[in-house]
Formats: sequence, C-alpha cells, structure tokens
Amino acid sequence: MYAFEYHRPTDVKQAAELVAQLEETKFLAGGQTLLPTMKMRLAAPANLIDLGQVAELRGIERSADTLSIGAMTLHAEVANSADVRTAIPALTELAELIGDPHVRNRGTIGGSVANNDPAADYPAACLALNAAIVTNKRTIAADDFFQGIFATALDEGEIITKISFRVPSQAAYVKFRHPASRYALVGVFVAKHADGVRVAVTGSGANGVFRVPEMEQALSRNFAVAALDGISVPAEGMSSDIHADAVYRAHLVGVIARRAVQAAASSRA
Amino acid sequence: MAYSLNVNGRIHSVDVDADTPLLWVLRDVIGLTGTKFGCGVAQCGACTIHLDGHAVRSCVTTIESAGSSAIMTIEAIGSTPKGSVVQRAWLEEEVVQCGYCQSGQIMSAVALLNANAMPSDGDIDDAMSGNICRCGTYPRIRAAIKKAARGGSNTGNGG
Repeated sequence: MYAFEYHRPTDVKQAAELVAQLEETKFLAGGQTLLPTMKMRLAAPANLIDLGQVAELRGIERSADTLSIGAMTLHAEVANSADVRTAIPALTELAELIGDPHVRNRGTIGGSVANNDPAADYPAACLALNAAIVTNKRTIAADDFFQGIFATALDEGEIITKISFRVPSQAAYVKFRHPASRYALVGVFVAKHADGVRVAVTGSGANGVFRVPEMEQALSRNFAVAALDGISVPAEGMSSDIHADAVYRAHLVGVIARRAVQAAASSRA
Repeated sequence: MAYSLNVNGRIHSVDVDADTPLLWVLRDVIGLTGTKFGCGVAQCGACTIHLDGHAVRSCVTTIESAGSSAIMTIEAIGSTPKGSVVQRAWLEEEVVQCGYCQSGQIMSAVALLNANAMPSDGDIDDAMSGNICRCGTYPRIRAAIKKAARGGSNTGNGG
C-alpha cells in the first residue's frame, strides 16, 4: 500500500468541501473493496476521505411505499433490520448472502452501489425495485445509474446519501454464488409492483447488471414460472471467465430466474 | 498522530500514521502478536478481531475507523464466557494443525456463538466462511463449535 492522507469529515458538506479542495481523492465507505485494492497497489489515492463518521448517511427509514437506506448502512444492519424484513424480505435475504460475516460487518450499501462491481448483489436489487439513488446533488433513477462494469452516473466527488427502494407486492432474490468468493456467478432479483414486473440480473452481464425485458413482459401478464416457458437469454453479452463461460452463464440466468419467480410468487402478496 | 485505543479492556495510547491498518498497530506497536497477518488483503480471515463484538478483518480496518470501539483480540477472548468454552472445545477436539489461521477461526467462532447460541451446520458454514484454513481443519472446527454450543460436553452429535 502506498502512503496516503486520511480525512474524516463528520457531515456530507465537509466531505464535499474536502473532495473539492484535494487532489486524487477517493471516498472510503466500508473499505471491503477499496482497501484490499489499495493494498494490492491497484489503486493509489493520495487522499482518502472516510465517510464513517457521517451520521446522516446511516439508518433505515420506511414509509408506506418506499424503504430508504442510508449509504453508510452496513450489510449486517440491513440483514438484521425488522423494517427491511417487513417491507422487502427479499432485500433481507440479499444482504444475508453478501460475502461473509466480516464483509457484512463493515461493508456498506452505498459503497457497493457506487462501486458497481459486475458481481455485486445490490445493483440487481436497485434495478428490480426501481430504486432512486439519492446523492448530495440530485436523485438518479437506478435505470440511469448503472453504466457498465464499475461505471456509474456519479460525477467526480458526488456522494450517495441514500437509496430509496419501491416496496414491491412480491419479490425474491436468488443467487448462484461462487463458493470461494461468494460473489454472484448469477443473481436474479424479481420484483412485482402494481405497474409491472422487473427482472434484474447481476454477475453475468459483460456490461454489468441488466434487465431482461422479455421476461418482464411475460411476467407482467402472468406472474408464474410458466410465463417464462420458451424464454431464454442469449450467450452474447454474457461475461466469460475461468469459473463460467458465456453459454453456461446464459443458461444459469434462465434457471435462476425461474427459481426467483417461484420464490417471489410464493412470497406473501 | 496520537490515538487512544480500547484493546481488551485497556486503553492504549499509540502514535502512528493515520494510514496504518489496525493489524499493524496491534502487532507491531502494542505487541499483541496473537492476531496473525495472513494475506493482508481481506481474503483469508487470519487477522480477525472483534470490534464491538463483531468479527472484522483488522488488516483492512483503519485505525481511525476503530475510534473508541471496544477491540478484542485472541489474547483476551479466553477471559470471556463463550471464549473460554470455545478454546476448551478447540483443545479437546484437537482442531489445530499448523495453527496459523486458528486465532482468527476462534474469533469468528466466538462471534457466531455470541449471536447464535445453537447454530446449525448451515449457520456455522456461513459464519466461518470468511476464515480460510490451508490445513483443512474445517470438520474439526465445526465439531468444536458444536461442542462449545453444548457448553463443552461430549454428548450428542459431535458432527
């Protein structure tokens, strides 16, 4: 790890001022990706701005139709939240499946969303639940936020403050995870709202998280596994690596999507 | 910079750079070498400690973020009720082979039992998934956790 200066603002305004004043900055959320990356010398920010003391970025708020989670809320806090479990149990299950306990005890939802790792779990939830990514400057729809592997709509120095999920009538997240890294080889989040069904896939797209419009249209007409009969996703556009090639991933998307629909359809309506 | 850390119930004043990972402070400055440096990049869990009772990797915990949290290391875990039961079960099951990862394993096991007194196999696998053992002592780790969950007795299914 290269040397860096450490900064610890206590509110979002201070953090924004620091990032405007300093050169070569990175925000530090839970550090479960950034710090190992720095230690492997794949990242070398001169200034690290730790958001850990910014109290306004933490916490979970529930209203009738939205569930808002502060950016610095830990995965473990989401997994253990009664509000989350009541409003969107699929999100509880997702948080429980992230990494290992060490990661869940330090990693944050905002860090995960801002990083947009192609195998991370939360981006699928954001897309399927039609989330609003709220920053210190604006609100960005999830559909506009994720822009390819590790790429997002965030401007330089922009800070995610919270993520507001639409509460669905039924939803499920099913993940086929790599047994060692515990990242998703394929993860499918299915969510049914009054205005239709959304299906979002993580872990598989060569361009990161994506939706499957053909499945969404079929499921919006009939929210049942049978609606997916004959629907598959093409291998083109799937990522391919030592763990799973594109053809296998495309097949898995179909399998996992069906399991997710099955789980969502049998969840409480 | 000067920091005041609460380690194993004692306040330690240390003077280190702000970019020093907590693991280095524990081992090189305070001299508590029971916590191990494994991979250094959050992959193996050998450096597991408790921060306010939660298992975290000290190699990617910054000293700043530790703040006033209660830090507990392997040196003190045996003085806690669950910790002593776990360590005894570890000895009785002869879990350890080379031993390098084991302080991290024990810290994760104690965090598990503090949160879940009677974990299932699935609970154990999930809670221990962040700790790698190159000797492959996993079956004995699971057996020891089950023994500790029963309060250290030899009755029942030892796994």
